[in-house]
Amino acid sequence: MIPELGHFALALACAVALAQGVLPLVGAARGDARLIALAPPLAAAQALAAFAAFVALAWSFAVNDTTVLGVVQNSHSAKPLLYKLTGTWGNHEGSMVLWVLILALCGGAVAGFGRRLPGALQARVLAVLAWIAVGFLLFILATSNPFRRVWPPAPDGQGLNPVLQDPGLAFHPPLLYLGYVGFAVTFAFAVAALLEGRVDAAWGRWVRPWALAAWAFLTLGIALGSWWAYYELGWGGFWFWDPVENASLLPWLAGTALLHSAIVVEKREALKVWTVLLALLAFALSLLGTFLVRSGVLNSVHAFASDPARGVFILVLLALYVGGGFALFAARAPALAPAGVFAPLSREGALVLNNLFLCSIGAVVLSGTLYPLFADLVLGVKISVGPPFFHTAILPLAAPLLLAMPIGTLLPWKRARLWPVLQRLWWAALAAAGALLLALALAGARVWPALGFAAAAWLIGGAAADLADRLALFRRPAAAWARARGLPRAAWGAALAHAGLGLTLAGIAGMGLATEALVALRPGESARLAGYTWRLEAVRDVAGPNWSARRATVTVGRDGAVVAVLEPERRFFPLGRQTTTEAAIATDLLRDLYAVLGEERDGAAILRLHHNPLAPWIWLGAAVMALGGGLSLSDRRVRVAAPAPRGATVPA
Amino acid sequence: MTRKRRRLYVLLLCALGLGSATALTLTAFRDNLVFFRSPSDVVAEPPPPARAFRLGGLVETGSVERATGPDGRPTVRFRVTDGAHAIPVAYSGVLPDLFREGQGVVTLGHLGADGVFRASEVLARHDETYMPPEVAEALKRAGHWNPAQGGAPPAAGWNTLDPARAAPARSGGS
Repeated sequence: MIPELGHFALALACAVALAQGVLPLVGAARGDARLIALAPPLAAAQALAAFAAFVALAWSFAVNDTTVLGVVQNSHSAKPLLYKLTGTWGNHEGSMVLWVLILALCGGAVAGFGRRLPGALQARVLAVLAWIAVGFLLFILATSNPFRRVWPPAPDGQGLNPVLQDPGLAFHPPLLYLGYVGFAVTFAFAVAALLEGRVDAAWGRWVRPWALAAWAFLTLGIALGSWWAYYELGWGGFWFWDPVENASLLPWLAGTALLHSAIVVEKREALKVWTVLLALLAFALSLLGTFLVRSGVLNSVHAFASDPARGVFILVLLALYVGGGFALFAARAPALAPAGVFAPLSREGALVLNNLFLCSIGAVVLSGTLYPLFADLVLGVKISVGPPFFHTAILPLAAPLLLAMPIGTLLPWKRARLWPVLQRLWWAALAAAGALLLALALAGARVWPALGFAAAAWLIGGAAADLADRLALFRRPAAAWARARGLPRAAWGAALAHAGLGLTLAGIAGMGLATEALVALRPGESARLAGYTWRLEAVRDVAGPNWSARRATVTVGRDGAVVAVLEPERRFFPLGRQTTTEAAIATDLLRDLYAVLGEERDGAAILRLHHNPLAPWIWLGAAVMALGGGLSLSDRRVRVAAPAPRGATVPA
Repeated sequence: MTRKRRRLYVLLLCALGLGSATALTLTAFRDNLVFFRSPSDVVAEPPPPARAFRLGGLVETGSVERATGPDGRPTVRFRVTDGAHAIPVAYSGVLPDLFREGQGVVTLGHLGADGVFRASEVLARHDETYMPPEVAEALKRAGHWNPAQGGAPPAAGWNTLDPARAAPARSGGS
């Protein structure tokens, strides 16, 4: 019964969304206040229906209802309850329901928190969101019904892919979707603005919190995914330039650009057309990401649920939404007259530069991601594009961006001179040079990691210089505290986010100094790596709730003292006959000791040992970036205009 | 500064950015595209020695040898076959969990002067019944599977070089 109710709720949500997509739009066009006023309640109803459908699906997974096909294929009674629940979105159908739920909740938030929005604009935004919801609900109902029944019921489910039974990955999709769907809201704002033919500072103020929230969630989602790949896949790396990873990076790059150009719209009413274009682009790339992952056109470790027939449907949706958005843009953009005038060397100019570089990087990532697909379909050649491509193509674009970042934040609006700004950054430059020399001296002549450390010091120093400058810390130290309290939180947030990127860069540079060893050890034997003694104590069998494993105990010591005990495992899941590698990681936030257990032969266990300096900083930096976004979001000026959904500032 | 002048600057800057991005992409493509080759491709047209490529096929049944290298690193040698030809592969690293004789595998590396493929990465999937699409394609091209006659036969039965030693097909595979 419950699954049928869920199915009905989905259909209901679709019908409500259809009404929400038509009536307010007609009302806004005719100036009919009654039809305009229909939008918020309809959005609330749609959110309620989508929520009911999601709860019904989660319930089926929680009680392991084996008459539901999705449960049979993706769950099992022996699975811990947490993974039963997260299994709800660990498969294609469920993840689409989550997508629609988040979209509907965002619509509800626009309806609930956006009361200060002009009625017509709000109605149009909600109508555009509803059209997106209609497309995806039809997609679910037509091609991937999560509530499909099987009869007779299977004795038990087939289990969830063990690689996905992990807390990191359990919360990776919701965060990622919050980001993707957040860009659906900025897309809806952009389309609504095009329909109205008006973009002004107020529009920038409403769009920015949504872009900020989406960006912060996407940052967290990407970081969580990368962290998962680091500890679960056991390859010792954190980013593989896998197409699915790139698919989440693309909207992030566009979203970062959008975030910055929206500031220009808000403060100076310039770059309006460009910002609208970026809003369209960010959502287009989010949809592209969904398409790439969901359609299975990519041959990727992450594509765990794929079906070409569904791909065509999403491709059609993609073409409709993106094509429609860009057609509207082409028709209406000339009407959006630019207002603010600025010199090339100014804050606006710096933000243009930021957008330019971010978009160029995005273009490189996009071509690197899509070219193998294109070559396969059109040229019939199987090729892949690996990390070397991305490194050589992106580094020359990222370097000037990083160099310009701290300078840009210190430039005044409208018209600026470079020299006073450089003077205020002299000690950040000094810190960068110091980091460079220190890294070169300590780590040997390894140029790239050293440059990475220098860039990290430059960014963090630049963020500190920005804050010090705003607080007049050195000119009038006595008043600094008062000024700190008066400083808008957006300024703190920006500095924090920029420093967070510095932290991430330091982590990546640290990973550049990582060392590893592959050894075959018998119990009692030891190996040396990075100044540590790694001693294999024993390998034994252990049993878990739905797996059995071989677990090695490795004692890591330094100068006779035990530093850490690592217990890497190879887990065998009898259901589905799958094996996973559980890496063991001991961290003190300055370095990770990382061990992976390989096969055993002749009484010896093969171990891969890694020493990863500063590895945790990669994800720590991402969390700081998201925190900066959240802090910026809590700024009073932003809140007054259009508050973001509750909980938007909470990092995972 | 006039509006026209400013627009010109912005357009110039955009052109510069896009141009450099395109140039960078093309240069990087030229040096870093990794082609997929089946053993038959490698025999027909040996790739240049330093160039990395991906070699895929089935791990030949009975070919896996484990040894310890001179520097104490454990190494594995095996042969990758598409039924028509086989290429010896040497790999030093932790093999993926589902690396099995008779199973599909994709390796990344370069061909040494001695004809041995030095793999830096070995990829096998997390699913026992999974066959990498490139490998399935290569097997089709080698003439060992006609998709018109139904699904792929069980992977373990693919080793045609020495059929006597081929492992019996596992049940439950599809």
